[in-house]
Amino acid sequence: MSNTKYILGSFADPDDLMHGIEKLQANNISIYDCFTPMPIHGIEAKLGVKPSRLPIAAFCFGALGTTLGFSLLYYTMAYDWPMNIGGKPSLPLPNFVPVTFEVTILLCALGMVATFFFRNHLFPGRAPRVMDLRATDDRFILAVDARENTDHALVDSLLKEAGAVEVKYNERKYVSYE
Amino acid sequence: MSSHNESILREPLMTGKDITYAQITDDILLPVENKPNKAWWIGFIVACVGASLWVISVGYTFWTGIGAWGLNKTVGWAWDITDFVWWVGIGHAGTLISAVLLLFRQNWRNSINRSAEAMTIFAVICAATYVVAHMGRPWLAYWIFPLPNQFGSLWVNFNSPLVWDAFAISTYFTVSLVFWYCGLLPDIASVRDRATGLRRRIYSIFSFGWNGSVKTWQRFEIVSLILAGISTPLVLSVHTIVSMDFATSVIPGWHTTIFPPYFVAGAIFSGFAMVQTLLLILRKVLNFEHYITMFHIESMNKIIMTTGSIVGVAYLTELFIAWYSGSEYEMYAFANRVAGPYAWAYWAMMTCNVISPQLFWFKKIRTSIPISWVLSIIVNIGMWFERFVIIVTSLHRDYLPSSWAMFYPTWTDVGIFVGSIGLFFVLFLLFLRFLPGIAIAEVKLLLKSSSLQHKTKLVQEGAFPEDQVEFFKGSLEKYDSVSQEDINALRKK
Repeated sequence: MSNTKYILGSFADPDDLMHGIEKLQANNISIYDCFTPMPIHGIEAKLGVKPSRLPIAAFCFGALGTTLGFSLLYYTMAYDWPMNIGGKPSLPLPNFVPVTFEVTILLCALGMVATFFFRNHLFPGRAPRVMDLRATDDRFILAVDARENTDHALVDSLLKEAGAVEVKYNERKYVSYE
Repeated sequence: MSSHNESILREPLMTGKDITYAQITDDILLPVENKPNKAWWIGFIVACVGASLWVISVGYTFWTGIGAWGLNKTVGWAWDITDFVWWVGIGHAGTLISAVLLLFRQNWRNSINRSAEAMTIFAVICAATYVVAHMGRPWLAYWIFPLPNQFGSLWVNFNSPLVWDAFAISTYFTVSLVFWYCGLLPDIASVRDRATGLRRRIYSIFSFGWNGSVKTWQRFEIVSLILAGISTPLVLSVHTIVSMDFATSVIPGWHTTIFPPYFVAGAIFSGFAMVQTLLLILRKVLNFEHYITMFHIESMNKIIMTTGSIVGVAYLTELFIAWYSGSEYEMYAFANRVAGPYAWAYWAMMTCNVISPQLFWFKKIRTSIPISWVLSIIVNIGMWFERFVIIVTSLHRDYLPSSWAMFYPTWTDVGIFVGSIGLFFVLFLLFLRFLPGIAIAEVKLLLKSSSLQHKTKLVQEGAFPEDQVEFFKGSLEKYDSVSQEDINALRKK
C-alpha cells in the first residue's frame, strides 16, 4: 500500500475538469473536492453540493439590523429623552427611515460576511490549506481521496482520458505547510 | 458551464492572441511582483508632496480652528463641503460598477471593478476627512454618534440629515470596504501561491487562507450577489442623504425636492469621469490594454454622456421651477447664479457638465483616448463647480442685504483640496503596487466566453452566419489593441 493520500488531476481547462468529474462519477469514484482559480458555474450541481444558506443568514441579520436600528431611534428619541423640537412629534416615523435603513444594510453585510468567513474558516493569518499551488493560477484541480478509492490505476487513466495535463500523487494532504 | 457561447454581435471584452489562464495571472500581477517603474515613482513622489500639503493644511486647521478658512458670517459653508460632496460623488462610480452592473450581468464590469472600488474607498476616505475637519473641534467628532454621555444622557437629534449622513457615509465606507476585500481574497491567494519567503507570509495573512474549493466559490458568489443587491440601494441612499443636508434647509436654491435624483445622477457622472481619468492612464502604464479595451472606454463614455444629460435636465428644471414657483427668493437665487458675481462659476459648470459631454454623441470622439481623457478631467472640474455654485451662491446673498458677502479661499482651503488629491493618489498608487489592479479571477471567466481569441476560434469553425461576422468585424475597428492581422484572422478557416 502506497503512502498516497490524495490523487490530484490537474486540468488546464474548466470544461475538461467537468468532463473528469463526469467520468469519475460514472465509475463510482467519489470526489473529495475541486480547487479552481475562478468560480465554475454548474459545478455544485454536478458534485451534489447543496445550495448555500447564506441568503437566509443575510436576511436574518438584515432583520436584526432593522429591529436594532429602530429600537435605538425609539429609545433615544421617544423614550429616554423626548425633546420638543419646534413642536414636532417625538416619534417622527418618516425621519427614522434613513438611519433604520443604513443600520439594516450595515448589519446585513457584516453579518453575512462574518458567517461566510466563519463557515469557510477564513480569517487573517489562517494557514492556507492548498493541495496544489497552481490552483489559484491556471490549473483546475480535482482531488480524489486515495484511501477511499483504492484502484489508483483506474483513477489515473480516467483523469488522463478526460484531459488532465498532470496526475499527482500527494503523500500529504496540503502542500502549503512545506 | 464556464464556456457558454456568447452572440458574436457582442464586442469582445478581452483582446490579444494566445491568451491563457496563466498569462492573465502573469499580466495582471506584473506590477505587483516586480519593482515599480519610473512612472510609478514619479507619480508616487508627486502624490506624496501633495499629501504632505494636505497634512500641513489639515494640521494648521486643527491647530488654529476653522478660522483658517476663508469662511465668514454669511458664507458658513464653502470649499470644505464642496470638496466633501465632490469626493463622495466620485466614490459612487465604484459601487455602481461593482454592484449595479453585477445585478444587470454586465460582464464588462469584471475588468474595471477592482480599481473602481479601490477608488471608491479612497475617495470616501478623502471625503470623511472634510467632515471631521469642518467640525472645528475634531476631537469631539464622536459626538455625531449616539453614545451614552455625561449630559444626562442627551442623544443626537435623529431628525437631522447631518446625523443621517454620518450613518450613511460610515455604512457606505464599511460595506464598500467589505465588498472590495471579499473580492480581493482569491486574488491575494494567487499572489500568495506564487510568492516565496516573507512576501508569501504577508500575503498569506491577508489571503485569510483562501483555497478556491467548490464550497468557497459557491458561497463567494452568493456573498457577492447579495452585497451587490444591498449596495445598490445603499449607494443611492448615500447621495440622497447628502443632498438632504441641503434640501431640508430653508435656503433658496437648496430647498428643492429635485435634489436627491439630481445629486445621485451627478455622483455617477463625476464618478465615471474619475474612473475614466484613472483607467486611461492605468491601462497604458501597466499594459492592461488587452483587458481594459476600447469597449470599456466607450461604454463608460456613454454613461458619462447619459448622466451628463440627466444633470443638464436637472439644471434646466431648477431654473424653470425657480420661475414657476413664484417665490421671489428662489427666483432671485437663480438669477444671481446665472448673472450675479459668481456667474463665471455657473457658466463654467454649465459648459463642463452639460455642453462638453454632448461631444460623446460622436463615435470618433468617444473612441478617442486623448479626447476622452481631457473630457473626463473637464467633467471633474465641472462637477466641482456644481457643488461650489450650489453652496456658495445660495449662501452669499443672505436674506438681509447688509449681510451680503463674497467668499475668498485662503491657502488652507486650497491646500486641503489639492492635498486631498495627493492623498488619494498616494493610496491609489500603493494599491496598484501591492494588490492586483484587475480582478484576476473574474477576468478569467471572460476568457472562454467573451474574448476575441475565443470568438475568432468560433468564427473560424463557422459557428456564425456571414452577415453577423461582418458586423463583428466592423465593431473591431475602433479597438486600439486589435491589429489588422487579428481582424484578417477571422477569415482563415
